[in-house]
Amino acid sequence: MRKIAIYGKGGIGKSTTTQNTVAGLAEMGKKVMVVGCDPKADSTRLLLGGLAQKTVLDTLREEGEDVELEDIVKEGYGKTLCTESGGPEPGVGCAGRGIITSINLLEQLGAYESDDIDFAFYDVLGDVVCGGFAMPIREGKAEEIYIVVSGEMMAMYAANNICKGIVKYADAGGVRLGGLICNSRMVDNEKEMIEELAKKLGTQMLHFVPRDNMVQRAEINRKTVIDFEPTHNQADEYRTLAKKMAENTMLVIPSPLEIEELEKLLVDFGIAS
Amino acid sequence: MFLKHTTAEVADRKALTVNPAKTCQPVGAMYASLGIHGCLPHSHGSQGCCAYHRSSLTRHYKEPVMAGTSSFTEGSSVFGGQGNLVQALNNMFTVYKPDVVAVHSTCLSETIGDDLGQIVKKAIDEGKVPEGKTVVYASTPSYIGSHVTGFANMCAGMAKQLAEVPAEDAAPLDQVNILPGWVEPSDMREIKRIMKTMGVPFVMYPDTSDVLDAPMTGHHEFYPKGGATIEEIKSSGLSKATLALGAWGSEAAAQELWKKCRVPYETLDLPIGIKATDRFLSKLSEITGTPVPESLTAERGRALDMITDMQNYLYGKRVALWGDPDQLLALSEFLADIDMKPVYIVSGTPGKKFMKKMEGILGDVVPEAKFKNGERADMFLMHQWIKEEGVDLLMGNSYGKYISRDDDIPFVRMGFPIYDRVGHSYFPTVGYMGAIRILEKMLGVIMDKQDRDAPEEKFELVM
Repeated sequence: MRKIAIYGKGGIGKSTTTQNTVAGLAEMGKKVMVVGCDPKADSTRLLLGGLAQKTVLDTLREEGEDVELEDIVKEGYGKTLCTESGGPEPGVGCAGRGIITSINLLEQLGAYESDDIDFAFYDVLGDVVCGGFAMPIREGKAEEIYIVVSGEMMAMYAANNICKGIVKYADAGGVRLGGLICNSRMVDNEKEMIEELAKKLGTQMLHFVPRDNMVQRAEINRKTVIDFEPTHNQADEYRTLAKKMAENTMLVIPSPLEIEELEKLLVDFGIAS
Repeated sequence: MFLKHTTAEVADRKALTVNPAKTCQPVGAMYASLGIHGCLPHSHGSQGCCAYHRSSLTRHYKEPVMAGTSSFTEGSSVFGGQGNLVQALNNMFTVYKPDVVAVHSTCLSETIGDDLGQIVKKAIDEGKVPEGKTVVYASTPSYIGSHVTGFANMCAGMAKQLAEVPAEDAAPLDQVNILPGWVEPSDMREIKRIMKTMGVPFVMYPDTSDVLDAPMTGHHEFYPKGGATIEEIKSSGLSKATLALGAWGSEAAAQELWKKCRVPYETLDLPIGIKATDRFLSKLSEITGTPVPESLTAERGRALDMITDMQNYLYGKRVALWGDPDQLLALSEFLADIDMKPVYIVSGTPGKKFMKKMEGILGDVVPEAKFKNGERADMFLMHQWIKEEGVDLLMGNSYGKYISRDDDIPFVRMGFPIYDRVGHSYFPTVGYMGAIRILEKMLGVIMDKQDRDAPEEKFELVM
């Protein structure tokens, strides 16, 4: 089983990209499990056709330790296994601890022990803001990380920060960066700039996902593009991304950039040029 | 009359725990750590945690318990405790020169997400752990489980991080791993005596005998001679079998030995009482082909003789018990076997199988028994049950003394912690000799009360 974590700046399209890619993998006949690590619990919405999921932490809170795996893992599009960590409401409690608790619980319940799972995805909230959000990349957890990024400065800044987190954990465990996924925001020279960023980080741009309204349309219908409009161009983009991910062997410990270097990149390639 | 307001009407409680029958995970982790030779336990958290855990153990064992702390400040809580722990490891190895440092986390370091494995690796990479020295670690947040969980987690850490993986086609060593569970130093000594009497080569860890019951010699030993050595713990990966005594305390470590080193294991009850000791010895016999020697059979016979002689004082006596699941299961079985009635049992340590196992032991023989474990299985609930219908004997840790005094019930101290009596460090409760000791303690308090309350014409010299 390959365990993959998806990181990236908040709002960049991690959950959307993850689910669409997962749909692509499922279509290829792969068995995929998705673990949503966002308190909003919307990482599996498109695969399940809505927010029907009762989260791990809600279940734990309501039923104590008597949690069964069937209570928290639901089957979604293409026989994917979907689970949501969940977490506290905004402004209270500790979302980071929530992730630690729910991943521990899933492990205890043997969620990953099924032999036929090919991929397990952790879809993680925003940046690696604290120790809890780094849980998915601790030793023995996710071994491969993909960062969703766009040509906007802050998204690149976040991607660079995430790389710092990866370096910290790569020293102790086996976690490696698999590449950047550019989720286009139609920034000038976006593709070239992200390719250059990837090169400087010592990794690759795995795929450039063009912007298309079809993604939004499918989302409103609570579906992935592959599920909603299988013949659309955008569906093929995600199929390509899925295929590249399945075949990817380039796994590196990234070399994060100094902030000046990052800004220079924007000057050289970006809007300022 | 400390507890005079306790009422007999049991109200269903959803959130409130009163006088819990458990304590913190790190207390157990620290106790387990002391069962490694030359080990300095280290608490990764704020100073108050460490002070409390040390004093809990010191009060129970009447021995100094040394431990380091990462001394978290507000800054470490925000920025993570890595810097403090790396520095602490350097300081400890430089100043106190332990062979091993056993690090356990605390609520705070767990909540902020400190990853002990990653930090320890970092300290090793930075050369803060001298050549030939060892660091083990365990994650022990107190908001999960109890002190027993902490003990089990640290034992599992030892197995997982230290046990050697055997070569592909190597034959296993002719030795058995004994995971003794959370028992007293005296019990660990007794288990070792039984193993030696059986003549079975073994490795046992943790082993706190000669650490927490060390003799007074006139000069202070920072690291007393007892404790399992690193070499012994490493070799447990090469053993032919593991006997895990007590599912709650020992099964996690046995599972790690199986997962990592493919050492097959059996989980048994703690050998408290006749039947549980029988099962322990039979299993040893079965896996090693060694017959149980005459001398142990004779000890069994003496215990049975005592039970028979004193049957009229034991029969039908209602007993309330509290403490930790492994002890309670074995002890309840023993009490039921000698025709006593363990009617009320509580443990603050969670684990669903407790109810099922207890039902199996008491369901037929003491159908009126009430038992509960987990969050709201507390001393208050047990006292309410006692108020509903009284008992003849209390058995558990020192916290029972208030109930004993208020309701005038004979009380035998057993389990953890015992802050107000001595003897537990020196006299075992495991094995057949341990059964004799339990009988002696129970009969002592029951007969003392009978003597005290007997009218003059019934006051007998011979009982």
